[in-house]
Amino acid sequence: MAPVYEPWDATRGAEIIAEHSHLEGATLVILHALQGAFGYVPEPAIPMIAHTLNLSRAEVHGVFTFYHDFRHEPAGRHVLKLCRAEACQAAGGDALVARAEAKLGIAMGDTTADERVTLEPIYCLGLCATAPSAMLDGRVVGRLDEARIDALVAEAQR
Amino acid sequence: MSLRIFVPRDAGAVAVGADEVALVLGLAAGKRGIEIEIVRTGSRGLYWLEPMIEVATPQGRVAFGPVSEFDANSVLDAMLSGGEHPLRLGLADQIPWLKRQTRLTFARCGVIDPRSVEDYRAHDGYKGLERALTLTPDAILADVTASGLRGRGGAGFPTGIKWKTVAQTSAEQKYIVCNADEGDSGTFADRMIMEGDPFVVIEGMTIAGLTVGATKGYIYIRSEYPHAVEAMNAAIAAAKRNGYLGARIGGSAHSFDLEVRVGAGAYVCGEETSLLESLEGRRGIVRAKPPLPAHKGLFGKPTVINNVLSFAAIPFILAGGAKAYADFGMGRSRGTMPIQLAGNVKYGGLFEIAFGITLGELIDDVGGGTFTGRPVRAVQVGGPLGAYFPRALFDTPFDYEAFTARDGLIGHGGIVVFDDSVDMSKQARFAMEFCAIESCGKCTPCRIGSTRGVETIDKIRAGDRVEENIAVIEDLCNTMKFGSLCALGGFTPYPVSSALKHFREDFGPAPTRLQAAE
Repeated sequence: MAPVYEPWDATRGAEIIAEHSHLEGATLVILHALQGAFGYVPEPAIPMIAHTLNLSRAEVHGVFTFYHDFRHEPAGRHVLKLCRAEACQAAGGDALVARAEAKLGIAMGDTTADERVTLEPIYCLGLCATAPSAMLDGRVVGRLDEARIDALVAEAQR
Repeated sequence: MSLRIFVPRDAGAVAVGADEVALVLGLAAGKRGIEIEIVRTGSRGLYWLEPMIEVATPQGRVAFGPVSEFDANSVLDAMLSGGEHPLRLGLADQIPWLKRQTRLTFARCGVIDPRSVEDYRAHDGYKGLERALTLTPDAILADVTASGLRGRGGAGFPTGIKWKTVAQTSAEQKYIVCNADEGDSGTFADRMIMEGDPFVVIEGMTIAGLTVGATKGYIYIRSEYPHAVEAMNAAIAAAKRNGYLGARIGGSAHSFDLEVRVGAGAYVCGEETSLLESLEGRRGIVRAKPPLPAHKGLFGKPTVINNVLSFAAIPFILAGGAKAYADFGMGRSRGTMPIQLAGNVKYGGLFEIAFGITLGELIDDVGGGTFTGRPVRAVQVGGPLGAYFPRALFDTPFDYEAFTARDGLIGHGGIVVFDDSVDMSKQARFAMEFCAIESCGKCTPCRIGSTRGVETIDKIRAGDRVEENIAVIEDLCNTMKFGSLCALGGFTPYPVSSALKHFREDFGPAPTRLQAAE
């Protein structure tokens, strides 16, 4: 199931920020909440967070850009994350990554031209005893082989 | 009579179809007009048998696995009739792989319902806290120290000393922080225990709180673990409802509250000071030590920061088990270690056993070699920052000091197995590449050194002045090891140097490497 996101709306953004602003060290919590609602962290939200938390815009921008998870633009409709870490490498993961890239016609980190699929590397899902593993829109899949990766790619393209 | 069937909800089991199995079992029972109760547990950690499902019988729980959704109907019939089935494994706790373990920390994992305080209590849960509530902080510290427990995150610092430092530092607010940013590839013990027995983590943190006088705790879980986040949040809510978190815990004068915070995909946040920065809402940049987190930690307050497994070991120790815990192990490594067998291994999973078992026993005997059936060529112990060991070092006992003596580390107890198709210069390159991707950027050896390392290994692999460039890598490793601020830059040399030392034949132009792999 592809996640459904709201279009960016400043009033809604302000509500989300206000909802979490009382927490200790709230910046990451707010960034996660905004991305959960809109699918990415829209640029106008950065100064809003800074203003609410009494931080500089540069500080919030610095936090936003430090972490791999936060997006500055929406991803494709489906996000397929393939594990690139050692346990999955040992279990033949590299060949499956190449296969997924070839099937989708894009490289790791890119989104297909029709904006259906974003392919991303992930460094360990903790499924190292059922490697190689992947995550499609939050659903975990282990023991990948050629047939399973093909099925995942086909599912993501639908 | 209703049939009780146990199906794991552990992410590792779900990834291979446990949810579908639970669904089909429910439908199949409906069709047969029988009543079944499906209890979603954690995993027992025998991952090659997942989804492994169990049924309660008068003799004990009988296991079946690996059960696919297509097997669920026939397995249900075998459960009803008590008859034979090709996937029937017999009594779960008599499975030899499980029986030869010493499960102290993981005793309940895969057994109980991780959402139920009652089930936790029915399996000796909260006995450690109940006893701790009758003790003085000094007496608790004495128990933790006597157990010999050392930090299970990797550094191996004595837990009792860390707690004592925080206890002796006065402040109006102190914190307990659980490091659940388990980013090392090949490790999944934190994930498993959070999903399979979250109350043991909560209980351990609560005991830490009363010992040092902290009233607030945070569990920092990596965002790659959504199932663990959900399980911990559900357990915290259940503990609150039952009076085990919040004001007057367990009817005492103490209060303790817990909150889950989710990381955002930065490996370096597994480093404790970087994690604290992240919890404070900042970039995960490593702090220089001193001051130690025990003196100035979260928000500048005295903070106990421990790994999930360290906290999870505490309830057993406080339930009167300090001496029993210390009686296991070897040398200065006391107690048990939840070891994780991963990668290209036949019997992968969680194997908790006393320190002292050799690497060879773990790989060949417990792990059964590779699932590809090819010979084991290398194993990486301790995650992306751990050394690669060849078969020649398989006599190394699992012990902090024994691994250090051989230029390795046990880290968080993960072992990744590689067969003879592995290209070790590629693995060395990956270690540098990973460090470059994940470096926080604060110190130069890590930030620049890792990128230069990738470039230099590329030259070696292309056959460009191989000997001179290997000398450059060795020099670079030395600089990173001694010049980096934290373990990311400081330990990246372990996989690189060990690959060079033990698999020198892989470092050269491609044709040599291909011959070596044949």
